[in-house]
Amino acid sequence: MADAEEPEKKRRRIEDLTDNYSRHLFKWENLRNGMAVDGGACDWDGRWNHVRKFLERPGPFTHPDFEPSAESLHFLLETCKILVIGAGGLGCELLKDLALSGFRLIHVVDMDTIDLSNLNRQFLFRPKDVGRPKADVAADFINSRIPGCKVVPHFKKIQDFDESFYRQFHIIVCGLDSIIARRWMNGMLISLLSYEDGILDPSSIIPLIDGGTEGFKGNARVILPGMTACIDCTLELYPPQVNFPMCTIASMPRLPEHCIEYPRIFQWPKEKPFGETSLDGDNPEHIQWVFDRALERAAQFNITGVTYRLTQGVVKRIIPAVASTNAVIAAACASEVFKIATSAYIPLNNYLVFNDVDGLYTYSFEAERKENCSACSQVPQDLQFPPSAKLQEVLEYLTENASLQMKSPAITTTLEGKNKTLYLQSVKSIEERTRPNLCKTLKELGLSDGQELAVADVTTPQTVLFKLNFTG
Amino acid sequence: MMINIHETHHCHCIVINNIKDVFDWTFALIKLNLEVFPVTVLTDAMAATKAAKEQKYDRQLRLWGDHGQEALENAHVCLINATATGTEILKNLVLPGIGAFTIVDGHTVSGEDVGHNFFLSHNSIGKNRAQAATELLQELNTDVSGNFVEESPDILLDNNPEFFHRFTIVIGVQLPESTSLRLGSVLWSASVPFLLCKTYGLIGYMRLVVQEHTVIESHPDNALEDLRLDQPFAEFEKHIHSYDLESMDKKDHSHTPWIVIIAKYLEKWLSEQDSQLPKNYKEKEAFRQIIREGILKNENGVLEDEENFEEAIKNVNTALNPTKIPSVIKDLFNDNQCNNITSQTTPFWVMLRAVKEFVHNEGCGSLPLRGTIPDMIADSQKFINLQNVYREKALQDAASVGGYVESLLQSVGKVPESISEKDIRLFCKNASFLRVVRCRSLAAEYGVDSVNRDEISSCMDNPDSEMVFYLMLRAVDRFYQQHSRYPGVYNYQVEEDISKLKLCVTSMLQEYNLNVNIKDDYVHEFCRYGAAEPHTVSAFMGGSGAQEAIKIISHQFVPFNNTFIYNAMSQTSATLQL
Repeated sequence: MADAEEPEKKRRRIEDLTDNYSRHLFKWENLRNGMAVDGGACDWDGRWNHVRKFLERPGPFTHPDFEPSAESLHFLLETCKILVIGAGGLGCELLKDLALSGFRLIHVVDMDTIDLSNLNRQFLFRPKDVGRPKADVAADFINSRIPGCKVVPHFKKIQDFDESFYRQFHIIVCGLDSIIARRWMNGMLISLLSYEDGILDPSSIIPLIDGGTEGFKGNARVILPGMTACIDCTLELYPPQVNFPMCTIASMPRLPEHCIEYPRIFQWPKEKPFGETSLDGDNPEHIQWVFDRALERAAQFNITGVTYRLTQGVVKRIIPAVASTNAVIAAACASEVFKIATSAYIPLNNYLVFNDVDGLYTYSFEAERKENCSACSQVPQDLQFPPSAKLQEVLEYLTENASLQMKSPAITTTLEGKNKTLYLQSVKSIEERTRPNLCKTLKELGLSDGQELAVADVTTPQTVLFKLNFTG
Repeated sequence: MMINIHETHHCHCIVINNIKDVFDWTFALIKLNLEVFPVTVLTDAMAATKAAKEQKYDRQLRLWGDHGQEALENAHVCLINATATGTEILKNLVLPGIGAFTIVDGHTVSGEDVGHNFFLSHNSIGKNRAQAATELLQELNTDVSGNFVEESPDILLDNNPEFFHRFTIVIGVQLPESTSLRLGSVLWSASVPFLLCKTYGLIGYMRLVVQEHTVIESHPDNALEDLRLDQPFAEFEKHIHSYDLESMDKKDHSHTPWIVIIAKYLEKWLSEQDSQLPKNYKEKEAFRQIIREGILKNENGVLEDEENFEEAIKNVNTALNPTKIPSVIKDLFNDNQCNNITSQTTPFWVMLRAVKEFVHNEGCGSLPLRGTIPDMIADSQKFINLQNVYREKALQDAASVGGYVESLLQSVGKVPESISEKDIRLFCKNASFLRVVRCRSLAAEYGVDSVNRDEISSCMDNPDSEMVFYLMLRAVDRFYQQHSRYPGVYNYQVEEDISKLKLCVTSMLQEYNLNVNIKDDYVHEFCRYGAAEPHTVSAFMGGSGAQEAIKIISHQFVPFNNTFIYNAMSQTSATLQL
């Protein structure tokens, strides 16, 4: 947590960091953009008055490097390129907030289509839009409501893009509900960093502003990859998803949730009520089927409280969401984008927590970098195992360790000059072929002390290198 | 649906325009001041089935339930001034589906307004702002009825202050001090909740003015369980005695709920320790050891894997917390409202009094039992049986409370049915989490004799405390009163306004006899703001303001008391008691 003893020192540090970054940003852009376009045809009298006061006036609390100038508005309007990841609860808000703050060159990526249950907060969507891609509808709405704004939609996964796509942006803002996607994005921006003689080249940094909400709680954070704590540095802050033990679901249910999990996990694959289709949480007939079976099971064990709503919640792992929290968190993120793009103020250093269940509570602190972070530290990762440990144990460590939390790691290594896949889950045939390795010891697999293991996982676009250290 | 209420008072006519009616030709003819404009989604409302509505609101129903939603749908919210902050608040109320809103705004839309307000469009420049914003807000959700009054709040206050009495809550945005105070006093005497909100540069301000707001469902984040292990009730003791850990087979032994395990060993402990619960760490550790010794061993003397015993050991600390009535609830028992029940008393206080009676009689000093237990390792039968012991006792306690409710109601000449059994059960279940929020009036906050000097001075011991922004906002209000404009609106004014604003700061501190120092930097910064309302700060306040309004409307979760300051420069905030 932010320690009290040296706030001044920390303040200076973050000033230096952002100072470096934004100075670079401006120089680069001045070079590339000699032409001044003043506002453009779609502007009207007074349109940017509110924004201009922060760009054209000096003030006592601005970033030390801030120089009031009319150029800054021009930079926002014509040059500064922002990427918004997610066009959901946070994404809709972010697009509006950024567009009304003067940003016009905005791209938005979202792989989802609109569902009726989005409409209580995703205010760019209407009932007629249900089923259409979120990114497309959101971009159209913003572009028609805010003249001159050029939101470019991408109805795609973030993994569909490579480095060259991400490199074009000055700042990236995430409004995601998935930790895996966040980590992947984080890993992508870290992979863009370039080091010369171990010194980070500030021009390779793309700041990442990340927001997250759940019910009445949320957080916003500013990440300068390679300089401040990244998503993986603070992985312990995200508790792993808790699943009900299988034996409870199978043989001793106590809660209505247990009764719902039973038909979902055991009855559906066996009874195949709708043929070979897998259970679709958005299909009301599927939910109804699970609900009816759950009621039967609950009656059998005298358990009360199974409802249709709860069934849907358990099957789809629904996280409650309201408009207000998304508005708050997106607004905080957009303020930070504005600060970084204009260097009008020192950005948040670096983590804000919000909760309005009991009064209104905020807490900002400096999340610390993890010295041996597997994503951003450039420190080789060690794996400590005795030679008698089985590969299964290594796999469990990679998925269960609080600071790694991988999902389906694929482990490869080089043996006698040849690449060898020790275990890979995602391709069925390879999984079957490599599964026997899990029961073998590291020694039996021919691995030696100091051996390098390359691990690929959905949580990162790059493979992570681990050094195997044999323990006694 | 609210339609076209014309109210005459001193020959003044207030026209409340309903956006949907504009399509009804008859009404359109009456409302000559309205232009016909295209809104394309109106008929959807009729087609929306209940199921579709449930699906649309699914993600929030999981937070405040169907009854919370019903409260929202019955609410009529008044917004004064459709500025960026105002429309952002309203957006976050229209989306979750309040019943109706009415915007009161006498301003004409300017180019500057459209620049930072998502609910005004370029072609609304020159139109009335209430109407323009209503059109674009109404379009968000066809379940909501949008109305507007093209009038300034001051004129309504002059001619017909009762106009404001009809609303569930009134939200006043970017109001000058004089209007806030006038409106504040009208709403205070009518007991209508009032939420004031302002965005000024990078500072957000919110003030809640409500005489009394009661909350049954506060939804606390980390509530302790109510298990009564320290004072077991008769049915629980009987249930515990149905277990004999010594003679059980292995399967039953390892599937006995930890509550039963602790209760069993506690009985033993109490008989050996002069009926004293394990209190300190050492005693609790000794108690844990006793439980540990109860774990079965196999034929080789090795401990069996009994997760339920591990759970019991882990839960010793919290499970042995003595059952007591939270001090907040004790204070409420001593409240005048609780002790003087009249025919005017609200159900909250009647039920609270009934709970108090219960505590003094059947409860033997304890609140009615909550009646829930956490999930724990156990087989279905044992868990359900234990759960039923708690559940039935809770129902029994609620029935006793119901008896007191009935006689209290009768004693003030009301029918017992006026408070339902369901409400009493909900109240009893939440008995340890009840909250009452009482805010000071604006008049008290602004009075030279009643100002909260202590709070201001003690906060200002740190000259960079959020309190400084409150004081600066007050100084800006004073500036507006004196000059009929805000400081630093135009670039050329900034320098000269710094000294003028400083004079306002000084005179305000003098008038209130406040011996605090405000750094010049803050005066400069507020002149720099020039009354700017950056959209991102408006949006932050829009989210938090809407959520506070939802708390007031739904009587769930706990509103802030009474002043909230947000500083977007440092992303910090504070709640001040003023």
